[in-house]
Amino acid sequence: MTRVFAQHLGVLRAVLRRMFASRLAGFLNILVIGIALSLPAGMYLLLQNAQGLVAQFSDTPQISLFLNMDAKTEDVDRLHKQLAQHPAVAGVEFVARTQALEQLKQSTGLSDLISGLEQNPLPDAFVVHPKPGDAQSLDALRGELAKLPKVKEAQLDSAWAYKLEALLKFGRLAVLILASLLSLALIAVTFNTIRLQILTQHDEIEVAKLIGATDGFIRRPFLYFGATQGLLGGIMAWLIVTVSLLLLNRQLGALAQLYASQFALHPLSFGDSLSLLLFSMYLGWLGAWLSVVRHLSQIEPH
Amino acid sequence: MISFNQVHKRYPGGYEALKNVSFDIAEGEMVFITGHSGAGKSTLLKLIAAIERPNSGSVLVNNQNVGVLKGGALPYLRRNLGIIFQDHKLLFDRNVFDNVLLPLQICGFDHRESSKRVRAALDKVGLLKREKSNPIALSGGEQQRLCIARAIVNRPSILLADEPTGNLDAAYAREIMAIFNSFHQVGATLLISTHDESVLQDSGVRRFTLKEGVLQ
Repeated sequence: MTRVFAQHLGVLRAVLRRMFASRLAGFLNILVIGIALSLPAGMYLLLQNAQGLVAQFSDTPQISLFLNMDAKTEDVDRLHKQLAQHPAVAGVEFVARTQALEQLKQSTGLSDLISGLEQNPLPDAFVVHPKPGDAQSLDALRGELAKLPKVKEAQLDSAWAYKLEALLKFGRLAVLILASLLSLALIAVTFNTIRLQILTQHDEIEVAKLIGATDGFIRRPFLYFGATQGLLGGIMAWLIVTVSLLLLNRQLGALAQLYASQFALHPLSFGDSLSLLLFSMYLGWLGAWLSVVRHLSQIEPH
Repeated sequence: MISFNQVHKRYPGGYEALKNVSFDIAEGEMVFITGHSGAGKSTLLKLIAAIERPNSGSVLVNNQNVGVLKGGALPYLRRNLGIIFQDHKLLFDRNVFDNVLLPLQICGFDHRESSKRVRAALDKVGLLKREKSNPIALSGGEQQRLCIARAIVNRPSILLADEPTGNLDAAYAREIMAIFNSFHQVGATLLISTHDESVLQDSGVRRFTLKEGVLQ
């Protein structure tokens, strides 16, 4: 067991030595793989972040009912009761027009402008919390509430979230297509690297076959090379994504401050990072395997 | 140990290298194969190592029909053979020591044991002091001896040597023959092909002569 382990370790050491011997070419390969993988990984990360935002908002869909300006207190009370008894409604809050104006003053810092207004332009409003349901049932409820007397308009606040969700689905598909194509590119890069290596080591392979090397023994260094190159490419991709994210976050922080809010993109999670590395390692191995199977059989001693 | 039974070998293109060759070699025998170039000496050796396959007839090595051996079993046949190639087939991307080490790496020997064996093999052929050199820096005779060291490092029971004294002067050739004799004395089975009649005069060993693919 230890002998087998030592043997594999020896192969790995030889592979690293070979990689180090052709530093520039090796680095360029790793860079190409890194850039190719960082594109889908980066897009995936942005999608993850957008999805986090959507989840945060679409958890609490609300319907805002804006009343006609001429609605009287009795109308409001009657509506309040009606809404509270509606089977699809979980809760309801009344926001009086004076209260709304006050909130607007405080939250936007436009108090000077608002104080200058001759009259309150805001209507009375209800914030309706519907019971959980899908986009269609929520939309149906919105339509129903919009038809109530004295209601001028009903807005489903989470409608944008559903639209964004649909957009995200589109984005995920795009990432998947991009990732598949670039994975093929990674396999092709490794395939070619290994092909060249096999060509330059033609003599060694032939001699090894003549003195009793099994196919496994001959394949092993090439497979290790492919996997190592894939892994290093994956690490490169991770670095590209992470450094880009840090740069973006610095700029985003400044931007968010202007809007008096805090927002930062989350980095790749541990699990996602690990998946990225393992996946790129696997692709490197696969490219090497395809190349080895294709080219080694062509070398027969004579 | 090695037996040919009505072996025919025809290369693609129709050239007949061996015609109806039959013989038996017992364990521990030393046999010379002589004949002009093109007589089929190399082909005969290649058939034993399953580098080429016979078109008909059977080639038995240790009672195993190597002519029909599956690809996966070939490495294990060849580990039991020490082959000295006409064109040496040395690797010039590594030093003398690592060239001899290769068969042991292939068999998975651990580092200490294999270092010992490599040095013993190099000592036997008189190249111990050159272990750090690149084979390209060696003379023809030294390269030949390096090839022998690589063939014997795994302690095979059968040694095949294809024109081992081919391009060497008489003194070098005698040296090489002395090395082979020492293996013969410790019980190895040897098959040596040569067109150099001078090395045979003093030896009373068995001798096959091939003429246009036919055993005389």
